[in-house]
Amino acid sequence: MSDTSHAHQVHAAPTGFIRKYVFSLDHKIIGIQYYFLALIAVFLGMALSLIFRLRLAWPAEHWPMLAKIFPAGFEGGPMTPEFYLSMLTMHGTIMVFFVLTTAPQSGFGNYVLPIQVGAHDMAFPVLNMLSFWVTFVSMVVMVAALFVEGGAPISGWTAYAPLSALGQVAGPGQGLGQTLWIVSIAIFCLASLLGALNFITTVLNMRAKGMSLMRMPLTVWTWFTTAILALLSFPVLLAGGILLLFDRIGGTSFFIPAGLVVSDKVIQHAGGSPILWQHLFWFFGHPEVYIAILPGMGVTSQLLSTFARKPIYGYRAMVYAVFAIGLLGFFVWGHHMFLSGLSPMSALVFSMLTLTIGVPSAVKTFNWLGTLWGGKIRFTSPMLYAIGFVSLFVSGGITGIFLGQTSVDIPLHDTYFPVGHFHLIMGVAAIFGIFGGTAYWFPKMFGRMMNETLGKIHFWLTFIGVNAIFMPMHTMGIMGQPRRYAQSTEFLYLAGVQGYQVVITWAAILTAAAQLIFLVNLFWSLFKGRKASDNPWEATTLEWSIPSPPPHDNFGGKIPVVHHGPYEYGVPGAPRDFVMQADPPLKLGKA
Amino acid sequence: MANVHAESLRMPEWEGGVLPYSVGHKKLGMWLFIVSDALTFSALLFGYSYLRVSTPNWPTPFHLWPSIAFSTLMTFCLLSSSLTMVLGVNAAQRNDRAGTIKWILLTIAGGVTFMGLHLKEWSNLFQEGITLVSNPWGVPQFGATFFGITGLHMFHVFTGVLYLAGMAIGVSRGRYGAEHVEVCGLYWHFVDLVWMFVFPLIYLLSVKMH
Repeated sequence: MSDTSHAHQVHAAPTGFIRKYVFSLDHKIIGIQYYFLALIAVFLGMALSLIFRLRLAWPAEHWPMLAKIFPAGFEGGPMTPEFYLSMLTMHGTIMVFFVLTTAPQSGFGNYVLPIQVGAHDMAFPVLNMLSFWVTFVSMVVMVAALFVEGGAPISGWTAYAPLSALGQVAGPGQGLGQTLWIVSIAIFCLASLLGALNFITTVLNMRAKGMSLMRMPLTVWTWFTTAILALLSFPVLLAGGILLLFDRIGGTSFFIPAGLVVSDKVIQHAGGSPILWQHLFWFFGHPEVYIAILPGMGVTSQLLSTFARKPIYGYRAMVYAVFAIGLLGFFVWGHHMFLSGLSPMSALVFSMLTLTIGVPSAVKTFNWLGTLWGGKIRFTSPMLYAIGFVSLFVSGGITGIFLGQTSVDIPLHDTYFPVGHFHLIMGVAAIFGIFGGTAYWFPKMFGRMMNETLGKIHFWLTFIGVNAIFMPMHTMGIMGQPRRYAQSTEFLYLAGVQGYQVVITWAAILTAAAQLIFLVNLFWSLFKGRKASDNPWEATTLEWSIPSPPPHDNFGGKIPVVHHGPYEYGVPGAPRDFVMQADPPLKLGKA
Repeated sequence: MANVHAESLRMPEWEGGVLPYSVGHKKLGMWLFIVSDALTFSALLFGYSYLRVSTPNWPTPFHLWPSIAFSTLMTFCLLSSSLTMVLGVNAAQRNDRAGTIKWILLTIAGGVTFMGLHLKEWSNLFQEGITLVSNPWGVPQFGATFFGITGLHMFHVFTGVLYLAGMAIGVSRGRYGAEHVEVCGLYWHFVDLVWMFVFPLIYLLSVKMH
């Protein structure tokens, strides 16, 4: 077959600046580009959240500095509720798409996956470059929505119809802002497709000799599964987005029911179904949650094993659990729709399937604890982030079991309780996966170590901070605080909640300030960090057997041969306490 | 821990570089793209079914002449173009360059005829007052789903024709081999297969009953 020979053809190292750093075909550069795109997005998303937190804590306050940047959002003095909603919408959208989907999968996955499977690059380098630049365009369009006439959309990251389908009449941001939002997401779907094709093909077709499936590091398994999820879920969002655009621009009414009166105007649409949008959105939306969290699980597994100096407990169970979570993730979208008038029978089925996900999740959690048990733990900063991931995964995951049951979900659904739940598990836990991955792979990516002391200070401040932000939200939810309300001071029964809002806003400000430590550490280490050796963590996977940073084709012309599993720590009879995957076979006769 | 190591020794060796199922990168990539694109169409057809089931008095306006006759002829063109595509791939595998180009051009002809007939069919419907947003029966979703789904399918046929044209040029210059033609054929067959869902669901289920 002619393509077999193509498989090992290496594209030549580029020389010019543009080919080398801008339109690069090298998966390592593309991974770094994705990482920095996500870094900009995460600080933008965080800034937006601080803006709307100000409104929640001090509803009547004037903010002259902000009013200068967004005059339309501060007409009449305090922040308008519409502006609050637009900040909320953009915070959610930017965080979910451009941070949680981008950094763990496209960033680290692009950089590390080809090296960990022993390939010189991704299967389709040109598509890889395109996928980054398409993502970039998508982000530019999304950010533009903040600054257009009428401001950003107000319909939340889920863009629920009919609000999102009606256009200008539904609110100031629902004109051009919402249209740009949909266009941006549609573009993002294409980028995600290009990335997924690459990841799956690379894992299936380009593994080095000896790298059988059950020798792949768990990070590779999670990136692979995530790519499958993206391949199957984003096209459905694309279809929904196309129909939504038709409703807004073409005058159709797929998602707009008859007889709507909005802003005292009778809407001339009839016969559509807002519930249809929810089905299409959540068929994507639930797998999307796992797209965000699975790579973090892979990074955590890798880190716990490396720094506990033990093989991962139950490697095969971990692989099957990842697949089980990915598979079940496609059959539970209805649990986001218990309040939509779903028939009780389907709600019951969705509920039972949702609770089933608790089983593979628990398998993973106990295996992580089993890995730590009796290990010679090295408390480096990446290890702290990984342990933090496990902690946040448990405290965020337990409440998922609550919310998966209709009887509990119905009273809690539109309160702060789910806000606390999903921020802990898919937001912050996934971010801790990114922090862990950064601290762990930074030496490989840039050839320098990050500062350990700053890393540890950052870990503790962030860990305490995020718990201070999101734990009280569960209590507030049980007290009845509704989501997405700019202000609830008029409700007598919520008089006791306002104090929580103030505490959470202060915690958010301090936690955001702590992120500057991370930023300083990142950029300081980039230029001034201690030089890293090839294998500073004494880890076993293939990326640690090549120079830091790796050469253009990763392995300097010779593809390695793999003789060992991914996590062989403390092997009896081995010359040192870890056996790298590319080490020659051990002579076990003496043992 | 010794067991862990022993287990890894017992595993069969994976010979790197051997493509599993002997599927090259491009072909695997195309299959994955097809899976993804199929889900986009599935979502649209799901949306169509959802709206149709939940709308009372869904119109069934298509007469045997001209709509069904036209769409049957369109189906015939598209299915025949799949056959010529198969013959094209076959010719490419026999290194018969002239034959490959001939069959690809015939495939293009099938696709173009399909698009021409489809546009004629659309204009017939416009004359009957069926548009994207309204129709004589007051069920706007009928036109919206009809033009939405057939429009997206026609867009796929259109890109497929462009892809085939690029393939014909590439083959004539000797740039593309049998593998390329086969991958292009996969896309073309997929577009035809989608039509085999669209035709019964959109047309045959909307035939006027007397």
